[in-house]
Amino acid sequence: MIAKKKTIEVEKIVIKFAGDSGDGMQLTGTQFSDTSSLFGNDIATFPDYPSEIRAPQGTISGVSGFQVHIGKSGVYSPGDIADVLVAMNPAALKANLNSLRKSGIIITDIDSFDKKSLEKAECLTNPLEDGSLDDYKIIEAPVTSLTKKCITDLNLGMDNKSILRCKNMFTLGMVYCMFNRSLEQSENFITTKFKKKPELVTANLAALHAGHNYAYTIELLASAYTVLPADNKAGMYRNITGNQAVAWGVMAASERSGREIFLGSYPITPATDIMHELVKHKWFGAKVFQAEDEIAGICSSIGASFAGNLAITTTSGPGLALKGEAIGLAIMAELPLVIVNVQRGGPSTGLPTKTEQSDLMQALYGRNGDSPAIVIAAGSPSDCFDFAYIACKLALEHMTPVILLTDGYLGNGAEAWAIKKTKDLPSITPSLVNKDVKEWEPYLRNPETLARYWATPGMPGYEHRIGGLEKQEVSGKVSHNAENHEKMTLMRAEKIQRVKKFIPHQKVKGKEYDDLLIVGWGGTYGTIYGAVTELQSEGHNIAFCQFNYINPLPENTADIFSKYKRIMVCELNMGQFASHLKATIPQFTYMQHNKIQGQPFTIDELKNKFIKTLAE
Amino acid sequence: MIKEDCSTACSLTRKDFVSDQQVKWCPGCGDYAILSAVQNTLPALGKKKEDIVFISGIGCSSRFPYYMETYGFHTIHGRAAAIASGVKMANPNLSVWEVTGDGDSLAIGGNHFIHLIRRNIDLNILLFNNKIYGLTKGQFSPTSDQGFVTKSSPHGSIEEPFLPGELALGARGNFYARVPDTSPKFMTEVFTRAAKHRGTSLVEILQNCVIFNDDIHEKITSKETKEDAQLILEHGKPMIFGKEKNKGIRLNGLKLEVVTIGENGITEESLLVHDAYEVETTLHLMLIRMALPEFPVALGVIREVATSVYEDVLVAQIEQAQEKSKYKNLDDFFASGEVWEVK
Repeated sequence: MIAKKKTIEVEKIVIKFAGDSGDGMQLTGTQFSDTSSLFGNDIATFPDYPSEIRAPQGTISGVSGFQVHIGKSGVYSPGDIADVLVAMNPAALKANLNSLRKSGIIITDIDSFDKKSLEKAECLTNPLEDGSLDDYKIIEAPVTSLTKKCITDLNLGMDNKSILRCKNMFTLGMVYCMFNRSLEQSENFITTKFKKKPELVTANLAALHAGHNYAYTIELLASAYTVLPADNKAGMYRNITGNQAVAWGVMAASERSGREIFLGSYPITPATDIMHELVKHKWFGAKVFQAEDEIAGICSSIGASFAGNLAITTTSGPGLALKGEAIGLAIMAELPLVIVNVQRGGPSTGLPTKTEQSDLMQALYGRNGDSPAIVIAAGSPSDCFDFAYIACKLALEHMTPVILLTDGYLGNGAEAWAIKKTKDLPSITPSLVNKDVKEWEPYLRNPETLARYWATPGMPGYEHRIGGLEKQEVSGKVSHNAENHEKMTLMRAEKIQRVKKFIPHQKVKGKEYDDLLIVGWGGTYGTIYGAVTELQSEGHNIAFCQFNYINPLPENTADIFSKYKRIMVCELNMGQFASHLKATIPQFTYMQHNKIQGQPFTIDELKNKFIKTLAE
Repeated sequence: MIKEDCSTACSLTRKDFVSDQQVKWCPGCGDYAILSAVQNTLPALGKKKEDIVFISGIGCSSRFPYYMETYGFHTIHGRAAAIASGVKMANPNLSVWEVTGDGDSLAIGGNHFIHLIRRNIDLNILLFNNKIYGLTKGQFSPTSDQGFVTKSSPHGSIEEPFLPGELALGARGNFYARVPDTSPKFMTEVFTRAAKHRGTSLVEILQNCVIFNDDIHEKITSKETKEDAQLILEHGKPMIFGKEKNKGIRLNGLKLEVVTIGENGITEESLLVHDAYEVETTLHLMLIRMALPEFPVALGVIREVATSVYEDVLVAQIEQAQEKSKYKNLDDFFASGEVWEVK
């Protein structure tokens, strides 16, 4: 039975522009709405003026706001909370904070947070510094100074006050960049509106472009993906983003395994926030190392793993490519290591701020030699907690690198998270040497998992040498023996395949036997789930299974596939999971539905596709 | 098999550090002497065997860990510095040694090399400099001289070489020493100093590749010439060298010059006195750059400056955060902040 639940909202965004009544927020909001409707969105807007047209500047009563809802019309009510708040000064921030969702994005003008403005807004402490905004994602943009700079440089002979009036165009440019909107509509608007004052045309256009470029440079990301809590069970909840959830999942795994955390990482969009989150938790003993490059990120982690830490490294597609050789070393040395890849559009630099699932093949095969690793993928922001935890558990218990795939939308998306107690999480038993057993050699294996036993520097009597050269079985000494190499290659493959016995069976949402089985993996869970459940409630013969365990696949995968007439694999790439299925379970025919636009699926788009397929 | 617990640090001897692996370097390779010198160094350091780790990259030198009866990790090309950094940060109690070569550290691993030195993590780097790629059978390296003819530079290398010491000081290095592989006792002395220095210690070993670049350091190390070719530096001692112990180094304006004691009114007092602890790098760099035939080659500990160590600060930050923390445990933290209850 499918639980009745309304789950997913994709690309339904509420943005609130708020500033002093003189800051031109109404104009900014209107411009964004107009552009969004031209873009094809349905929009709903809610202007929110101060009762006094010119209340005292910088005070809370002088705050003017404009709220824009993008998405299906009729979905939102004026009471809906905002996902993004553009706050031009402390008063605007203070006045609107309670209508911003937790873990929403705040874009502020950092230049406006001076002592005087804070006093006017009746702030006793600076909210940007006192920790009161810890639950939000804050973008501190120097709006005033950059607007001033870009216009002053043009020598238009404008006075300071007129220049500062262009600040709203700077923020508008930022928001356009964030939501991938064209500047054209606003460019035309500015050109027409100030036709008689060419210097104002030039100045406003300059501010608009400068804001857009600024957002582009800092790779400002839209958190456009919100999964509303479904059928909330009783308990304590809080909001969590996918990147935050990864960090917390690793912390929980550290607690349960008794291993200290080491994260070696190099900043890369959209993965950097995991590092930002973890480094806050020195109180928990987390060691976070910002390395000189991606390679040093993973290599320092491999060193920490050799020394006995719970070692992780975080990255995105191009970084995973750079880490390939080192992952091979961890496979050969059979050391536990978690590699988190927050996927983005590729190839090359590709689309850093857009989402895609196109690193699957890289995760499975992107290394020299026959070098299998465990690959798993999270399905929602809060899922990132569970799968980061599982990634650590599998790495420590099976002595192998584990690649965890999330993506930009999961990483930056937020979701209500049912707060977990660490004692309720599955236990983690690292494959440590048993000091009571006399027999030990570096590559002696646990007969059940085939994991070797971990002995770490500092343990007397276990001094040993490992490395990237092929190993003699059991002794771990360097070996170039032909038969041994084949044996060890097969052993490494078998070790990963054995993981099947330790992971849960794949579940299906829908009838056990049916016409069409929709198959997805990782971060597309929400939308596919939404589309399929809606169709099921309309009586269609459709079922759905979303894979989190990619390599190895769950044991019952073929059994599930055999119960459906047709199978369609939906993914945000050219068909990488479909290829993986064809290679590993070749007896079935896999239809494909692919999207490669740097955007997630939408429920409507999937429903239409599925209805068409069902009718064929 | 687990070895008997022979970890009482004080009773260790050289033999305790010799592994059961057959040493496979070419006969006559300089690496043998370095290995022996390291095995002679360790017993006196007061570290338990299980607390010593050797990390290497790729190259002839990088086979080193296999021959040491300690913990060891033979990793991938150029990355030993990064891996060793992770080992040390994970467990600051360990004595961590990176064994590397001029190709491994100055070409493919150049980035990690400079950043390790800049961070000043307490590691000991043994850089085997033979000015050639041995394992890939004879190509020029980043330390090969201009004009050097190899298989990959049949018309002579076009490139300007790195001086490892100069590079290390450019990367804000605090410990740099240079020793030839021909002086076992000297190596042991310098390795001991490097081990005792807190922070990244770089020891450049002038190592001879008997197959692809034999006698590359011959002019510095041969019995006949070495007394005139080597300036052995000792902190606080005047810079005297030569067969007759009558030559010295003097600062003339902004340049160094070789002078003879007893000529032109030169006395021992006219000579520079070596100060390895000087923070200012100028003189150290001048000493590093001294080259034959105009100058002797400076050997010994050229620079040894104490400053803050990366992992000390890391650990202090963690301890401070733990003291100040408002969370008793992880569950406490998860339940803090903006939470709500569904009933």
